[in-house]
Amino acid sequence: METNYQLKRADFIFKNENDWKDVLNKSIHRSPKELINELISSELKGRGGAGFPTGLKWKLSAEVDSDVKYVICNADEGEPGTFKDREILSLVPFKVLTAMAICGYVVGATEGYIYLRGEYFFLKPELTKAINEFSAYCQEINLKFSIRIFMGSGAYICGEETALFESMEGKRGEPRNKPPYPALSGYMNKPTVINNVETLAHTYTIFKYGAKRFYDLGVQYSRGTKLFSVSGDTPKPGIYELELGMSLADFVNDFGDGDTKAVQVGGASGFLVPRKRFAETTIGYQGKLVGISLPTGGSMMLFNSSRSMYNVLDNYLEFFREESCGQCTPCRVGCQQLWRGIKAVKSGEKKAQYLDKLLKLAETMQWTAKCGLGQSVGNSFSSIVENFREEMIY
Amino acid sequence: MNATALLIKQLADQYGRSRNNLLPILQGVVEQEKYLSEASMIEIARELDIPASDVFGTATFYSFLEHKKMGRYIIRVCKTITCSMKGKNQILLAIQDMLKIGVGETTSDGLFSLLQTNCLGFCHKAPTMLINNEVYTELTPEKVRTILSEYMAQSREGGTNGN
Repeated sequence: METNYQLKRADFIFKNENDWKDVLNKSIHRSPKELINELISSELKGRGGAGFPTGLKWKLSAEVDSDVKYVICNADEGEPGTFKDREILSLVPFKVLTAMAICGYVVGATEGYIYLRGEYFFLKPELTKAINEFSAYCQEINLKFSIRIFMGSGAYICGEETALFESMEGKRGEPRNKPPYPALSGYMNKPTVINNVETLAHTYTIFKYGAKRFYDLGVQYSRGTKLFSVSGDTPKPGIYELELGMSLADFVNDFGDGDTKAVQVGGASGFLVPRKRFAETTIGYQGKLVGISLPTGGSMMLFNSSRSMYNVLDNYLEFFREESCGQCTPCRVGCQQLWRGIKAVKSGEKKAQYLDKLLKLAETMQWTAKCGLGQSVGNSFSSIVENFREEMIY
Repeated sequence: MNATALLIKQLADQYGRSRNNLLPILQGVVEQEKYLSEASMIEIARELDIPASDVFGTATFYSFLEHKKMGRYIIRVCKTITCSMKGKNQILLAIQDMLKIGVGETTSDGLFSLLQTNCLGFCHKAPTMLINNEVYTELTPEKVRTILSEYMAQSREGGTNGN
């Protein structure tokens, strides 16, 4: 499993927060167009997991004509196995606040919100202090931009951007149909830029050092660094900043416990990669790389040979059937049926061939569910059932 | 005006009475009373001039907005994959054994409620739990017993009424 490529560690995100005033001043004295071009040429893609080009997002919102626009920082970090956003907000909050203000300047928004998940309520006092200090400075330099915290209340689905808007509007967190996209019609039906915490922190790096410094890291289609939340059967769980494009084999060599059976890339909504596919799998966004390339919000969960993949899948499906908002039928019913289905096969109530029916159901959900939650249940379901079929049956 | 109605009026004054202030108001009531009673949801509807069914619909969507009477300290044990692999069941057993309640139940003195919850975002420090807004990580049964004893001692000192 040896390759020539080594894991490339980096240290941008958690470093050098103290110059936020310089970065803010320097940026708001450049034209919005220049800043957008800087972002586009860095090829930064959204770090929440979906991977939409950040520069393009800002550009679309900037081009819309509207008297009111919003900037929202998505801190509803709920994907199982992800915990990097909490660390960013507690260690380098000013990077995120600065990036939000620069975004506001670029698109023409004066109001920003941080949607913080209810589980992270304990972050609120410190974050509020940082916001107060930041706001005072904005006033000092005559920059009109306010930031407020909006607390979530324990719903995974609210990390989906349109569900998040609904939640902020005081409604059930049920995703909307797209289009219209948030850049045109988001919170309160106004143009809204919504970025993940980590994405915003990366824009800080880009505005500070210039696009080239960022672009030179990583590989084609997957530029820059990414924070990885490493957990499970590993001797060193934690948060690591690595260049994108690494091979999973190298990752396992570094982080595995010598007995790694499979790695779940991208949390419960991501893919399970079995040992035999470590070498051909790279971590990054879809592109023309050789082999399989997996995008991720940074969740890397390692399982060693003592783990039953049936239990893992059972746990994921229980998660999804509870967190499905229940709005669309494929997801509401599909999650329940997949969960009951694997139990029926395991207990012998259904024949092993029933798994094929379930795989078909998972595929149907991928095509017909309204939002990313229902569409991605099939990722983990199919990759686990196809690779560990025996464990599902016996 | 009873205490709940007064609290709701204060919250509405603080956040505003438009629909997009509903969640902070619901959270404010839960913060004080630990759950949303039917009466408080109706009162919120009246205060914001929106249908009570809308308030109920929103409130029941969110897992942290309880609508069943809860104890003063709500224990939420993470049951998602990593915590589950790293001994969540032992933690639950330790709590159940000490408090003599099952998941979803409240102790007879109204002090503790025990719930399970989805990923708390501390997978690298599993297993974990929340007690109200406080996070406890890298738990062991012994550690859990110490933590709960502290809460019990604290409540004895402060009396059982209020916070």
